[in-house]
Amino acid sequence: MTPADAGPPTRGAGGDELLELTAGQALSRIEAGDLGADEYFDAYADAAAGDELNAYLWRAERGGGDAGGENLRGAPIAVKDIFCTEGIPTTAGSRILEGYTPPYTATAVARLADAGARVLGKTNMDEFAMGSSNENSAYGPVLNPWDRSRVPGGSSGGSAAAVAGRLAPWGIGTDTGGSIRQPAALCGIVGLKPTYGAISRYGMIAFASSLDQCGPLTRDVTDAAILLRAMEGRDPRDSTSVGIEGGVELPSREDLEGLRFGVPRELAAGAEGIESSVAENFKATLALIEELGGELDEFELPSTRNGISAYYVIAPAEASANLARYDGVRYGARDREADDLLGMYERTRARGFGAEVKRRIMLGTYALSSGYYEAYYGQAQKVRTRIAQDFSAAFERFDFVVTPTSPTVAFGLGDKTDDPWAMYMNDQCTVPMSLAGIPAISIPSGLAEPEGGGPQLPVGFQIAGRAFSESRILDAAFALEQRIGFG
Amino acid sequence: MSVLPDSHEAVIGLEIHVQLETRTKMFCGCELSFGDEPNVHTCPICLAHPGSLPVINERAVEYGIQIALALGCEIAPRSIFHRKNYFYPDNPKAYQISQYDIPLATAGRLGDVRIHRVHLEEDAAKLVHVGESGRIHGSGASLVDFNRGGTPLVEIVTEPDLHDPAAAREWLQLLRTTIKAIGASDVNMEEGSLRCDANVSIRPAGTTELGVKTELKNMNSFRFIERGVEAELARQFELVSSGEQVTQETLHFDPRTGALTPLRSKEEAHDYRYFPEPDLVPLAPTEEMLATARDALPELPEAREERFAGELELPAAQARQLAYDAELADLFEAALAAGGAGARGLANWITGEPATRELAPAQVASLVALVEGGKVTNRAGKEVLAKLVADGGDPVEIVEREGLGKVEDSGELEAVVAAAIEAHPAEAEKVKAGADQAIGPIVGHVMRETKGRADGGEVTRMIRAKLGL
Repeated sequence: MTPADAGPPTRGAGGDELLELTAGQALSRIEAGDLGADEYFDAYADAAAGDELNAYLWRAERGGGDAGGENLRGAPIAVKDIFCTEGIPTTAGSRILEGYTPPYTATAVARLADAGARVLGKTNMDEFAMGSSNENSAYGPVLNPWDRSRVPGGSSGGSAAAVAGRLAPWGIGTDTGGSIRQPAALCGIVGLKPTYGAISRYGMIAFASSLDQCGPLTRDVTDAAILLRAMEGRDPRDSTSVGIEGGVELPSREDLEGLRFGVPRELAAGAEGIESSVAENFKATLALIEELGGELDEFELPSTRNGISAYYVIAPAEASANLARYDGVRYGARDREADDLLGMYERTRARGFGAEVKRRIMLGTYALSSGYYEAYYGQAQKVRTRIAQDFSAAFERFDFVVTPTSPTVAFGLGDKTDDPWAMYMNDQCTVPMSLAGIPAISIPSGLAEPEGGGPQLPVGFQIAGRAFSESRILDAAFALEQRIGFG
Repeated sequence: MSVLPDSHEAVIGLEIHVQLETRTKMFCGCELSFGDEPNVHTCPICLAHPGSLPVINERAVEYGIQIALALGCEIAPRSIFHRKNYFYPDNPKAYQISQYDIPLATAGRLGDVRIHRVHLEEDAAKLVHVGESGRIHGSGASLVDFNRGGTPLVEIVTEPDLHDPAAAREWLQLLRTTIKAIGASDVNMEEGSLRCDANVSIRPAGTTELGVKTELKNMNSFRFIERGVEAELARQFELVSSGEQVTQETLHFDPRTGALTPLRSKEEAHDYRYFPEPDLVPLAPTEEMLATARDALPELPEAREERFAGELELPAAQARQLAYDAELADLFEAALAAGGAGARGLANWITGEPATRELAPAQVASLVALVEGGKVTNRAGKEVLAKLVADGGDPVEIVEREGLGKVEDSGELEAVVAAAIEAHPAEAEKVKAGADQAIGPIVGHVMRETKGRADGGEVTRMIRAKLGL
């Protein structure tokens, strides 16, 4: 490993000061007339053009076209390739959508554009957002900017790596069971999964519709708030969207006085599967919460121990239906060698989907099949309800529930690809919030040594709150972020 | 007349699909169309592009509720859309959004038939199979027209309460008129906006257990429903009579040959893997929506039939014939309102003379008034009707212009009668000798001479008087 391959990404990025700014800082400079919007965009267009992390699947040219609105002042943004963008190829990381250019733009992206942002690039991802390491992309794995022999996490690994690696000031991704929070943790940036329904899913390629939610991946908490504010809101095109009542406040809190933090025994330091260095970091962060005046108490979330199992029934079940439309008939790749319709379907899907996607389609198809529905899907939904009830009960006592975001720091490429269950357990701390539909943020809480030794890598700290309490979560995360002083 | 002997009873249930006449599709903003160039009414949603999401059409829900109310159903406080999964080129998402365990409405009744359920769903795209068979098997290629894909449908499922093919046809006519009265659909079987499948079984008369049923598809006219069910009942009876058993299967009715052929098992062996559609929220009609739907219901055919038979004292069969055909019933009521003619006379003319459909209500009223008032004979009335259909105009003027008025001046008529007797001396003698039926040729002569404008009874009376009888 050469020095350029490991260590904080800022050191390897050529030291361009412009790229070290948070987006919020850059916007202030643009507003003050100290920075040109095009200069800012082009600096990132140049950086993205030099992408060595395989973070991008499509990149904009310098200039980036016209920006619509005022607030985001032409700022560049990295967009996970799961969002449909009119006229720009969109693959969801899959071979089956190779060559597909959507005829419309996702609401979340359209809202960002309306606010003045410009799409800098479409970022790599696990195929159809199924994965926790970005190794399931049909277009090759994304490398972690801290250590290129390691994964960036997934499925929004491209956006996370681009933001951490100074290839984008900020980005958006999607989170179904941890796909924003876990890569944010592994890349040392902020990732927010809003409440289910906060942001429209229209134009966001569906993996598991009842869980998928769009959210920001940013350098700091303030940037996350700025993006959330631009994207949230009810969308008549998405019946499940409601927006965030009262909108989103930019965070400003400096202490945690009077706030109560619950630490679930099942998901915290000492719980099965949590690496010891991650557990140490977590305890240290809890100590900082107390220093800031926050109150801590342990409690139990008994149903979460079935969270991963329930998740891996519900998500594949929905995916099996969501992915059935990729049949080669109307768009995307089509196998032309089959001599009948069924053969065309089968060959198109056999060649177009990767192994993990096929695994989940089969799992989901089985779970929904006649005679098994109640035993699997029905049961999983009951677990989901219990988990939501557990959280509701917890929020009677606490303002927030905190856990490590990921049980480990970034692991090596290929380390877990042969063991789906080990890979699935990456999400053990993030899946319960997804099943409950509640918001959760991951912020960097320092560095820890990976198991087996090596340079230190980022650790993520997760703060979850009641549905639609994003402003409060952002406020608490902001106070903690200042105290941690990461980056 | 039943195709089964008295030893057996037919048991028939119907499954009806009705395309709703909304402006746009069930889950997207594309306009509905019929006969437009293929694939012009499409969008990312009805083509199932990645990331697109459905949104329920409010008008379709209103129509669905009105239909359910008209069928006396209970509306579910919270109904759920499901995904029904299957691969087929007419189904771009590879699932149809439909309702499953909690439909829009249940437990209704129309006429003598109980309604099992009413639910909302979306129509499939239209497949055009290139080649002779017109079906997917054996066709050279299939073309997909997505214009129809996503059209709002209401599915109505009856209990197995029908027991003969003609009754099934008549009941379907009642359903059609009921839906048409609401204005929710043009319910045209030939164009596919009304589609009917039948579940058919037989059982020994007097028993209550249901036999093994078969499902009949593709009966795209009222006549074909009756014929298809008749053919299937005959087939099942023959099977049972020869000691064999009916097997549960889906049969395709070929209206050209009347043949019923099983659909390939591949086409029906589906595990639809239903699960609740996560992209939609439950459908919970407000009290206000229900009240609005109730208030907007017009008088329905059953009520109309009752009023025609009761208030207007029409014979039962005629009341039903009018009420089950909204167009006829509307004509009847408008003609009655125009004045001059009585209900019975109007009903006779309108149900007996299909050509009256082509007249304005005032024309019908005036025509029937002329007949009822003895100004023209029944036969001359039909001539007036033909002229009205051909040239339009006012019945009274036509009668005058064409000289079709009844011959009432007895002097004129007496002369014609005298001439007729003179022309038929032999017959006259026979009549005098008591052979009443010999009067025919003499009456016929008078009618020919007066072009049917004379009253037959009056003429007979005059002839007999003249002959001294």
